[in-house]
Amino acid sequence: MTDLSRRRFLKLTGTTLAGSSLGLLGFSPAPAVAEVRQFKLARASETRNTCPYCSVACGILMYGLGDRAKNAQPSIFHIEGDPDHPVNRGTLCPKGAGLVDFIHSESRLQYPQYRAPGSDSWQRISWDEALDRIAKRMKADRDANFVTRTDDGLTVNRWLTTGMLAASASSNEVGYLTHKVARSLGLLAFDNQARV
Amino acid sequence: MTNHWVDIKNADVVLIMGGNAAEAHPCGFKWVTEAKAHNKAKLVVVDPRFTRSASVADLYAPIRTGTDIVFLGGLISHLLATDAIQREYVVNYTDLSFIVKDEFAFTDGIYSGYDAAKRSYDKSSWDYAVGDDGYVLTDPTLQHPRCVYNLLKAHYARYTIEMVERVCGTPRDKIRQVWDLIASTATPDRAMTIMYALGWTQHSIGSQMIRTGAMVQLLLGNIGVSGGGMNALRGHSNIQGLTDLGLMSNLLPGYMTLPGEKEQDFDAYIAARAQKPLRPNQLSYWQNYRKFFVSFMKAWWGDAATAENNWAFDYLPKLDKQYDMLQAYELMNQGRMNGYICQGFNPLAAAPNKAKLVASFSKLKYLVVMDPLATETSEFWKNYGALNDVDTASIQTEVFRLPTTCFAEENGSLTNSSRWLQWHWKGAEPPGEARSDIEIMSGLYQRLRAMYQRDGGAFPDPIVNLAWNYARPDSPDPEELAREYSGKALRDLPDPKDPAKLVRKAGEQLAGFAELRDDGSTSSGCWIFCGAWGPSGNLMARRDNSDPTGIGQTIHWAWAWPANRRVLYNRASCDPRGRPWNPARKLVAWNGSTWGGADVPDYKADEDPVNGMGPFIMNPEGVARFFARGGLADGPFPEHYEPFETPLAANPLNPGQPQALNNPAARVFEQDRAAFGTSSEFPHVATTYRLTEHFHYWTKHVHLNASVQPEQFVEIGAALADELGIGNGSRVRVSSRRGHIEAVAMVTRRIKPLLIEGKPVHTVGVPLHWGFLGVAKPGYLANTLTPFVGDANTNTPEFKSFLVKVEKA
Repeated sequence: MTDLSRRRFLKLTGTTLAGSSLGLLGFSPAPAVAEVRQFKLARASETRNTCPYCSVACGILMYGLGDRAKNAQPSIFHIEGDPDHPVNRGTLCPKGAGLVDFIHSESRLQYPQYRAPGSDSWQRISWDEALDRIAKRMKADRDANFVTRTDDGLTVNRWLTTGMLAASASSNEVGYLTHKVARSLGLLAFDNQARV
Repeated sequence: MTNHWVDIKNADVVLIMGGNAAEAHPCGFKWVTEAKAHNKAKLVVVDPRFTRSASVADLYAPIRTGTDIVFLGGLISHLLATDAIQREYVVNYTDLSFIVKDEFAFTDGIYSGYDAAKRSYDKSSWDYAVGDDGYVLTDPTLQHPRCVYNLLKAHYARYTIEMVERVCGTPRDKIRQVWDLIASTATPDRAMTIMYALGWTQHSIGSQMIRTGAMVQLLLGNIGVSGGGMNALRGHSNIQGLTDLGLMSNLLPGYMTLPGEKEQDFDAYIAARAQKPLRPNQLSYWQNYRKFFVSFMKAWWGDAATAENNWAFDYLPKLDKQYDMLQAYELMNQGRMNGYICQGFNPLAAAPNKAKLVASFSKLKYLVVMDPLATETSEFWKNYGALNDVDTASIQTEVFRLPTTCFAEENGSLTNSSRWLQWHWKGAEPPGEARSDIEIMSGLYQRLRAMYQRDGGAFPDPIVNLAWNYARPDSPDPEELAREYSGKALRDLPDPKDPAKLVRKAGEQLAGFAELRDDGSTSSGCWIFCGAWGPSGNLMARRDNSDPTGIGQTIHWAWAWPANRRVLYNRASCDPRGRPWNPARKLVAWNGSTWGGADVPDYKADEDPVNGMGPFIMNPEGVARFFARGGLADGPFPEHYEPFETPLAANPLNPGQPQALNNPAARVFEQDRAAFGTSSEFPHVATTYRLTEHFHYWTKHVHLNASVQPEQFVEIGAALADELGIGNGSRVRVSSRRGHIEAVAMVTRRIKPLLIEGKPVHTVGVPLHWGFLGVAKPGYLANTLTPFVGDANTNTPEFKSFLVKVEKA
């Protein structure tokens, strides 16, 4: 009986909740009421992360459904500030407080898409099709326009007809690998949001 | 940041200028309130708008946007005139005593060496005078007429308080109050921190605004000390990390730089960057450039980088000019670019002059967008009525849109503005078929490499030889990549002092960049991150928040570059003999044999201070520079130039020289100059800004934020609203030479007209968070209005000062 959840407690007592029925059930609801918050998160899995918005990098705790078992699909349903974090000490601003809605935004893209020249709509394509076609266009452009030497004989090995922007909200690991690939191709028109 | 967020609590004075931390960085701003509550700190805010930072300030001074150099130049003049400087600090730790070449000159707002046709300077005269011993000449008495101190004094003598009032519009009594409060930190026991953000960077003179702030801090002895510093608040969560990793057109990881095309000789490339000391017994740490560079090339090209091929030097592309974003869109608009890849970046919203961007993207053959969200850039071809009125059928660009994971769905590290690399963990699977950027970049690379191996093509070597020894080549683990950029020993590393011993065994992670070598025996993808994943494991994941000294150092929380150092230049927190200027806030000190304390010393650990090594070990001088030498494009001392769209006809500091109206070294493309407006047609000064409820163009996709701040508005002062008959909540049209937006008018008393050169100038605030996609009410992209011109050094666009016309919609 002591493990009774708040929801189950309300269900059991139903609309007859009154002093007399409480007495019949043989316990007081006080501890259950006092621990509402714990019940909400008690069976959630907790993951430590940092807020992806500004550069304060507040520590956050993400609460997800499920116990990380292989057959359970986790889904984040609550995010709050990490009280152990030395900078934000558990607080979040109005941006960080809405993070769970970012994860589940209806604008999240679901699958690769393609817009043909002149078309007014997207069509869904597979990952292999998308990556194959992009890689082919990149190679065709690079092979046609790569500059090995300037007219006056300087070795320059650059590719100026394709450019790239990298994401300054992506991780260091993403950034590192992106740079490695982009520069190996000879890209120079290459920036991230630090430019703006 | 030279310092870090928690350290702000140690400040005696906080100057927020060119930023609005209370709204844009709220949880970091908490440390300002901590300083006010527990350290009796005074907060000063200088801003065109009475922001929420200003609302809790002890002193607020209004200023016309784009005139910060005048305000701070006047302050420098005031500090020098009243000798409110920390003299022992500046004489020993800065270049004030250095003698400048006779050829250097400054006349009517233009420095020596100017080429008006090229809009650039020959900077050879911008340097120190060197003696027969090869070292710079100095005069520690500061009497020499050509010493930096006297040149500085003469330069800013023109920045009088009258001039500040005329140009900035700040009332004289406010100027005095702010200057006096700031001057109070010239004593060793008081510190001021400067907090700035895009309100300084987004000007055509943005780099020099920041330099002026840094010069003030040096005069006051506030650099390197706890509670002091120059603190860039920075925008995105990993904008620091991506800059550190060199994802900019001219950079390599760790602030190494790509070669220019004239740098054909590898040893000369290294020598130009491994600068020799300019004064006796200086560390000049960039002398180790070859070690950083060779270790980096080994990380990228492995066995293909050898001593014989100069460590694959020719695999790197060489520059003939800057290829920043603005240059890229200019080339695109000229039809000289075919492909563009946007990874987590929405340039249609984030770059200036939307009309030019749409025209540019429409000329591409292919555009690839990788993003967790549906961005405006990915749908630039789609007609959204007045918000994006394009002719879809005529746009021939192929667009690929690839869904990516977000922060909650991946492991990895982000570097915050305190330079802390903090590891985070995956908590959920991404929606639908979304993939991580690592997997997408790997998928593209694997395909390109296979094609180049099979079919050949233009210079395949750097592609086919790229080191790719990951357990899963299609999707490397973030942990593998972190170990790679941190670095390891490729062979057994013998101890240079005792070859019988080993420093590291082959394959072992390195503890820090001091272990890097230039013979190909070490690899490190980003030398300043070396040690983040050390021999004992992932230090970025550390979570010990203890603060034993009580000054907020928490040096066992995560890991900070460089070398886990939390306050840069911390050697300067001690006097020349190595004793803390302020024992109550001791960072490091000399104990007779070593340096140590609450932080990792930014100095040679066993260097006796009597030998005179300076605290600014990255500079070949060993000291900080007031005189920037050739370091900046637009002059060794910051000079005020008007924004490219200015309400004034002449630069009040150099009224007789039209070339000095705007930054003479800023690059302006012809077509964009034609799209600049004048004050006769566009009489109101505009500045873009952020709201506390929104983050850029992301949170209009987020229900909570879209609910609390749903609709686009512009902020107009009550005086201007009265003049134009605009009521609070009515709709207005704001136009510039480049386009217009329509939005709700928020009429406030937060913006007041300023009296500039005797005439009232009205400022209009343009929040930037709306667009034609998302769950908030659709709105116009604010950058429909902004001019296509950037800072002379960084080419960061001038979003904070431009001209518009406001009228009833």
